[in-house]
Amino acid sequence: MTILGVEDVVSGYGSMEVLHGLSLKVEEGQVVCLLGPNGAGKTTLLRTIFGILRPWKGKIYFKGEDISGFPPERLVRMGMAYVPQEYNIFPSLTVQENLEMGAFIREDDIGPRMEEVYELFPDLADRRKSRAGELSGGMRQMLAIGRALMLNPELLLLDEISTGLAPFLVDAIFERIEQLNEQGVTVFLVEQNAPKALQSSDRAYILEGGEKKAEGSAQEIAEDEEIGRLYLGR
Amino acid sequence: MLELTVYGIILGSIIALGAIGITLIAHISRMFDFAYGDKMTAGAYIALLVSTLFSMGGLLQGKVGPFSFNWGLMVAFIPAILITAGLSILFNRWVYEPLRRRGAIPILFAMVSMGIAFALRGLIYILWGADYHFYSPSVRPMIFLPLGIKLRTDEVFIMVVAWALVALIYLFLTRVKMGKALRAVADNPDLARIAGISTERMIVWTEGIAGALAAVGGVLYGIETQLRPEMGWLFLLPLFAAAILGSLGSIRGALVGGLVMGIAQQVSTAWLLPTYKPAVAFIIMVLVLLFRPQGIFGRR
Amino acid sequence: MGIDIGGILSFLASFAIMAAIYAIFSMGLNVQWGYTGLVNFGIAGFFCIGAYTSALVTTPLPTGVLADYVDQAIGLNQPFLVGVLAAAITSGLWAALIGLLTLRLRADYLAISTIGLAETLRLFFNNEPWLANGPEGLVGLPKPLYGLVPPQYYNYLYLAIVLAFLALIYIAIERGIRSPWGRVLRAMREDEVMTSANGKNVFLFKLQSLVVGAMIMGIGGALYAHYSAAVQPSLFTPMFGTFIIWAMLSLGGTGNNKGAILGGFVVWAIWSWSTFLIRNVVPAGFQTRAPYIRYILIGLLLVIIMLRRPKGLIGEERQVSRF
Ligand SMILES: Nc1ncnc2c1ncn2[C@@H]1O[C@H](COP(=O)(O)OP(=O)(O)OP(=O)(O)O)[C@@H](O)[C@H]1O
Ligand SMILES: [Mg+2]
Repeated sequence: MTILGVEDVVSGYGSMEVLHGLSLKVEEGQVVCLLGPNGAGKTTLLRTIFGILRPWKGKIYFKGEDISGFPPERLVRMGMAYVPQEYNIFPSLTVQENLEMGAFIREDDIGPRMEEVYELFPDLADRRKSRAGELSGGMRQMLAIGRALMLNPELLLLDEISTGLAPFLVDAIFERIEQLNEQGVTVFLVEQNAPKALQSSDRAYILEGGEKKAEGSAQEIAEDEEIGRLYLGR
Repeated sequence: MLELTVYGIILGSIIALGAIGITLIAHISRMFDFAYGDKMTAGAYIALLVSTLFSMGGLLQGKVGPFSFNWGLMVAFIPAILITAGLSILFNRWVYEPLRRRGAIPILFAMVSMGIAFALRGLIYILWGADYHFYSPSVRPMIFLPLGIKLRTDEVFIMVVAWALVALIYLFLTRVKMGKALRAVADNPDLARIAGISTERMIVWTEGIAGALAAVGGVLYGIETQLRPEMGWLFLLPLFAAAILGSLGSIRGALVGGLVMGIAQQVSTAWLLPTYKPAVAFIIMVLVLLFRPQGIFGRR
Repeated sequence: MGIDIGGILSFLASFAIMAAIYAIFSMGLNVQWGYTGLVNFGIAGFFCIGAYTSALVTTPLPTGVLADYVDQAIGLNQPFLVGVLAAAITSGLWAALIGLLTLRLRADYLAISTIGLAETLRLFFNNEPWLANGPEGLVGLPKPLYGLVPPQYYNYLYLAIVLAFLALIYIAIERGIRSPWGRVLRAMREDEVMTSANGKNVFLFKLQSLVVGAMIMGIGGALYAHYSAAVQPSLFTPMFGTFIIWAMLSLGGTGNNKGAILGGFVVWAIWSWSTFLIRNVVPAGFQTRAPYIRYILIGLLLVIIMLRRPKGLIGEERQVSRF
């Protein structure tokens, strides 16, 4: 079943068009990655899906419902979560408070869920009372993902969460992503680190200049020399 | 000098309350609220109105403990807080929210708040005139502390109320989910939105809390001195100075900024005319802008 | 029943003098806010500096019996034009000082600092009688070209002088704003980041604009002082000295000099008319409070303009060079 559908979406900033009619699909239960060079419009797509930008044209579907132009507040309630590329934590709040804010819309007891998140990221559990701004880069990314997981999302949008991290941390993060996926979370991730992302993904899309250049199973994309040479800098 | 310092702490407690309000608004509504002083004035006069009504009805005329004022004024805190907070929320709904929706530049908010400030002050002038008013005509009992320090009992009340409120705000911001969400919005409004926290709703809370703080600050200031339509406006400069000194970010900063400002103003009267107090606040602010524009507690 | 034409004319002349002086303030603010986006909430401060500077420069030190009643630290006994020039210079210097302090910070700091300066100056002149006679202020400022016409016609002459200043300032600003300098200012207001990337020094341009605006305000202050022939600290209140001017510019049209002048005349007409109404219509018991209705009016006026018609009556003139 298709959990996320993007159909002919045109979007951008002010009068600058960034996405020129983009279509893609994410099937439930999969990890799908979106690759492309700097400035391709990857972040713009995620922002448009998550209602931070309004699509100028085209439609976005989530679990079969047309969500084009829904504000983030609403999407969060529907089971979508988003970890932005930058500024993805609340620096002056503690780790624990960051997670609480992830579950802001929940009125019931969030304790059990928080423990689950701490289990997934044990390092965070040791730093519950630390200010998030004092964490290292890797821990921040863990916290950012943890925050997004607090609502048990069905679909998780991740924007370049491994960029700038040491290789062993990158491995750790992708391990977590696979682990999450096994627990049933669908993941749509934007990456610069193509080999790593393709390894963990089921499907892949290539975006450049706001247009889709290729799509296929992660394996096909990984093995395609032409694509590798043209878009992934191999 | 010691005595002046003690008076400074009393004045500083009231300034700190206001500076916290200004700081909250600056960080969550993202504007400098030039109407804040006049909201204090409004709170003070609403309490005056209510306590006058009580005394006309002969209700609640008993004195509160050792203080100069009666129970009528104590009860009058409640409508003062509610109405001032309500006004703040209404101004937000009618004026600031439409401006935000339009994507107006930040400084327009300051301008509009100035318009609100004048309208409020005009209303107060018309309803009560330019004359001084007092909450209580009776003498203000004194207590004598060691080291020859004389204090009015009222001033003890002011300190207790101000500090209790500061503690309450602190607890709210660190222990209550809504308070934490306010801090989250102050920290990173875009991420807060992504987490499903509605900025507009948080701004309503902020306006309500800041309005309530303004009302209490105004009544306390009225108890300490007297009520005049310009009282809040003249208080605005020290408030901003304190908030800026405290780096416009943290509650702690606003608190320390308020105390510093209060002490500096009172101690300055050892050499300067008391009417220069707002100027003293201004000079300190200029010095802060000169040497540490990010404030004492600023990180950037 | 004859209509007193002379009376009406003389009333109109004094109305026009004040309106024109306010139009000058409004143009000064337009340079700062309209063209550069700088918020000066302390116009009263520059008004005050201008008025006092010219007073101290143009009056002689008190002598004889007067010296017993008037304290005055400076009295240069210079002609009117020297006073006006000095007013522009001191006002500009204060603006430069404030600008150096705050223009690198976020815009609201300028707003607070200018309020602070205005209030501090008012307190200072009030509390330091040695400088300019404290709360009573200075009287007997010279009236330029006095004696040229019979005293009962002097107002018409002074009106001509004020209008001449108004015209000069208007032309100077219009020239300036169409020059490369003005183009940078406007570009800056639209997009600070772009302009600074273009290599222009944004800070310096803002400072220049603040200073030029303040100098114009200083001139306005001097013109006011010589018209009323007296200055005292209580004149320079936030309402009378600052806020009414914001209402004028916003109503007339931010970023438009004609709008600034129009706003000056319209708002001053409302103000004087309401003074007249209050004097003659409002019951005696309410006389002292009624003037404050104008606080509400002007305050709401500003809020409503900002919400409904941010461009004012006329709106910004398009400054593209015409062929
Ligand atoms: N807030 C913004 N306002 C205007 N233009 C923007 C904004 N953010 C991005 N852009 C522009 O939109 C285009 C696409 O940017 P986007 O951030 O979507 O790229 P990206 O694929 O995420 O790149 P990266 O790998 O660097 O994150 C770029 O040309 C960028 O300059
Ligand atoms: Mg990106």
